[in-house]
Amino acid sequence: MSDIILQTEGLTKHYGGVHALNDADFTLKKGEHVAIMGDNGAGKSTFVRQITGVEQRTSGKITFDGNEVHFSGPIDAREAGIETVFQTLALADDLDVPDNLFLGREKTKLNWLGPFRFLDYKAMRRETIEGLERTGVKIPNIRNTIANMSGGQRQCVAIARTATFASKLTIMDEPTAALGVQETAQVENIIRTLKEQGEPLILVSHNMRQVFDLVDRIIVFRRGRIVANLNKEDTDGNDVVSYITGAKTGAEYEGAA
Amino acid sequence: MSDTSQGTGGLAFDSKKRSWPNELNIFFALIIIVVIFEILGQTLPYMNDQSFLFDTRDRFDTIFNEARLRIIILQVSIIGIIALGVTQVIITAGIDLSSGPLVGATAMIVMSFAQTELVNGNLNPNPVLGTWAFDLPVLIPVIVGLAFGAFIGAINGSLIAYTRIPPFIATLGMFLICRGIAQAWTRGKPVSFPTEGYAALGKGMMPVFWFLALAILCHVLLRYTLYGKHTYAIGSNEDAARMSGINVQRHKVLVYMIASMLAAFAAVILSSKNLTAQSGMGIFYELYAIAMAVIGGVSLTGGRGSIVGTVLGAMVFGVIQSGFTYIKLDAFYQLMAMGGIIISAVVLDKMRQERALLRS
Repeated sequence: MSDIILQTEGLTKHYGGVHALNDADFTLKKGEHVAIMGDNGAGKSTFVRQITGVEQRTSGKITFDGNEVHFSGPIDAREAGIETVFQTLALADDLDVPDNLFLGREKTKLNWLGPFRFLDYKAMRRETIEGLERTGVKIPNIRNTIANMSGGQRQCVAIARTATFASKLTIMDEPTAALGVQETAQVENIIRTLKEQGEPLILVSHNMRQVFDLVDRIIVFRRGRIVANLNKEDTDGNDVVSYITGAKTGAEYEGAA
Repeated sequence: MSDTSQGTGGLAFDSKKRSWPNELNIFFALIIIVVIFEILGQTLPYMNDQSFLFDTRDRFDTIFNEARLRIIILQVSIIGIIALGVTQVIITAGIDLSSGPLVGATAMIVMSFAQTELVNGNLNPNPVLGTWAFDLPVLIPVIVGLAFGAFIGAINGSLIAYTRIPPFIATLGMFLICRGIAQAWTRGKPVSFPTEGYAALGKGMMPVFWFLALAILCHVLLRYTLYGKHTYAIGSNEDAARMSGINVQRHKVLVYMIASMLAAFAAVILSSKNLTAQSGMGIFYELYAIAMAVIGGVSLTGGRGSIVGTVLGAMVFGVIQSGFTYIKLDAFYQLMAMGGIIISAVVLDKMRQERALLRS
């Protein structure tokens, strides 16, 4: 039990009459990288939103790091150790790299000054550089504002947040969807670095090559249900596609969808 | 793809590329404007070799025309104090139109608490609050003024943060409410004869002192504190700020409160300087304050700008006003030219932003 970082049992989410997610049972071991695949509207993002506390689940149980959790919002989840790289980047364009990494959890001095307490820029810069080194992200001038960076560099900054704060689980929702070839390679390298360091990861992706390159296990969603749980070694692209399109359904999920 | 294992995937970050601070542009613009007026002064036929900047008639110890420099900074100081607050509001991607009428209303209220009993040996001819309010310590009117400003700012901020109506509408409503309060307070009669202590607050060059002291305070707040960082973050990307755990609503209320308190303090200094308060005080101040911030490079879309920029913007504003008077341009042409300058400042800033976007 102790090597399981995240477990969901019967996770369900209904939007009114729409059953966006039904009875999702999912386990993630420590150090494991898992991909979530599926067609648009299959329930991938809904699943992620329940885990990260962006939305409140209709029913089901989430166990994170040994404890049953009820996150009231994404900030709760982040404090528990779940870092999410959102599809829409949550970065403030006019701020620089350390400012963005530490947004909402700034290091401060003279704390008795309340909202007017002073920022500890030095400590934040130092920890930013440490975090960037850990992820292998190279940004020589961290004091550049995000507005002056390319899409890939921004994505790297967003991902570097996870490393800076020693999170227990990283979730990436299509991190390379809007990136070019080189930038995608850059992001994938960071994901490999996380793997080497034993950081567990959930990767939502449409990119078959990327998934087979990076993860250990593939979960397929279809019409709000998990329909396959495949080890990378036991499957191939065509196989996964047939699960996604509904041509096949995993034996243990028979009758699910 | 040889060094892709090293993170940047072949993308080069240029560490030497220092971004050119916008404030420097405004500073150069200020110098250019001064030079233009100096040249105009020397060449226009009706100017009789008067100098804009220099002491050509040996009236002062320095080489500069001290009287003009003093007037330039003195006449922008009071609106400049308002601009310090407006800058913070605009950085959160908001706007505050109520500051001008707030100056009028606050001046009326504050002056009522600052009246003296005996004027040249005679009883004060128009007391507002009765004899108990005569000759109060100077701190009382100042605190009343700041409290009133904080109250109005809290209403502005709460409306904007919690009911999510556009800042333009919320503060436009407050604009009319404050002008109404200013007129209702004494049914339009001016309030005069402050105590000596109160009159000392805005005497001589005191407005300049207050402006610069508050500018330094606001600069420190915006640049070095959590408050400032969150102000920029909210204006830059409100959703990101919210997702990062910043209490956006509470922060907005705080920003509007600080802005209105600065406007209220400007009212204290203005009424002290003029030794009287009138309900019509502060007309157009909100627009001039916004203009100073905008000339100073504060972006109306939020997230960008600084107190240094706004102070320079205020100086540009003052130099242009003084310069137009110096070359004997009629007042109505001055207004038109000022309007043109504000528009060009925003256009230039927009062009600069788009160029920067193309480069990256």
